[in-house]
Amino acid sequence: MSDPASTFVYVTYIKTSAERLWSALTEPDFISRYWFGMRVDTDWTVGSPWKLSFTDGRLGDSGVVVEFEPKKRIVLRWRNEWKPELRAEGDAQCVFELEPLEGAVKLSITHTMERPGSKFIEAVSGGWPRILSNLKSLLETGDIVLKG
Amino acid sequence: MEIDSVFKALADPSRRELLDRLHAESGQTLTQLCRGLAMTRQSVTQHLHQLESANLIAVQRRGRERLHYFNPVPIHEIYERWIRKFEQPRLAALHDLKFNLRGKRP
Repeated sequence: MSDPASTFVYVTYIKTSAERLWSALTEPDFISRYWFGMRVDTDWTVGSPWKLSFTDGRLGDSGVVVEFEPKKRIVLRWRNEWKPELRAEGDAQCVFELEPLEGAVKLSITHTMERPGSKFIEAVSGGWPRILSNLKSLLETGDIVLKG
Repeated sequence: MEIDSVFKALADPSRRELLDRLHAESGQTLTQLCRGLAMTRQSVTQHLHQLESANLIAVQRRGRERLHYFNPVPIHEIYERWIRKFEQPRLAALHDLKFNLRGKRP
């Protein structure tokens, strides 16, 4: 049996420390630098709401913090809030995992919707590689690759 | 260099076919990937190892199974470095052409 859900996995190796990568993933000001100005709003407590807003303040996505294990793992429940057909699919799950290696950290992001052929997962699949390229570049060189 | 292993992994038609198959249907097991291929299970395993060490695929365990996923990040980095910067002027030229042609119409 293959994966019956819609899942995309993104893996990147970033030459940084787990501490720096963790700040990059959890500090709103840092996040907006590589996430096209998007704003994250949460207190990162398990069970707390999580929100992602556009630069103009419109709500993009929302969810709940499901797991939060500093420098290791974040699990979010994640739902689209601005496109009715994507919102109708309900909650996806997004898992961030950090694995320190020699001189680098392996970052894996697994975004899953428990249904085959999810349009939501398809829609985010264009964004993640760009966000991760920016994040990697920001941590390794101090600047991002993409501005828009 | 990470990029060397990516190009090396891509420089083989069998590995490219495996990537195409994973792109078409992500999260397949070894058995599924072997289906309909003119390769032994052993050589598919070796190709998958090479793709994994180039970070072109990610492997996740689900129960007893190992599921293989296409990882688009390294190919996106190739795009950033080798395609995007050449594409921008071409797109700008196309835009200018369209504008000029339109401008000539009454």
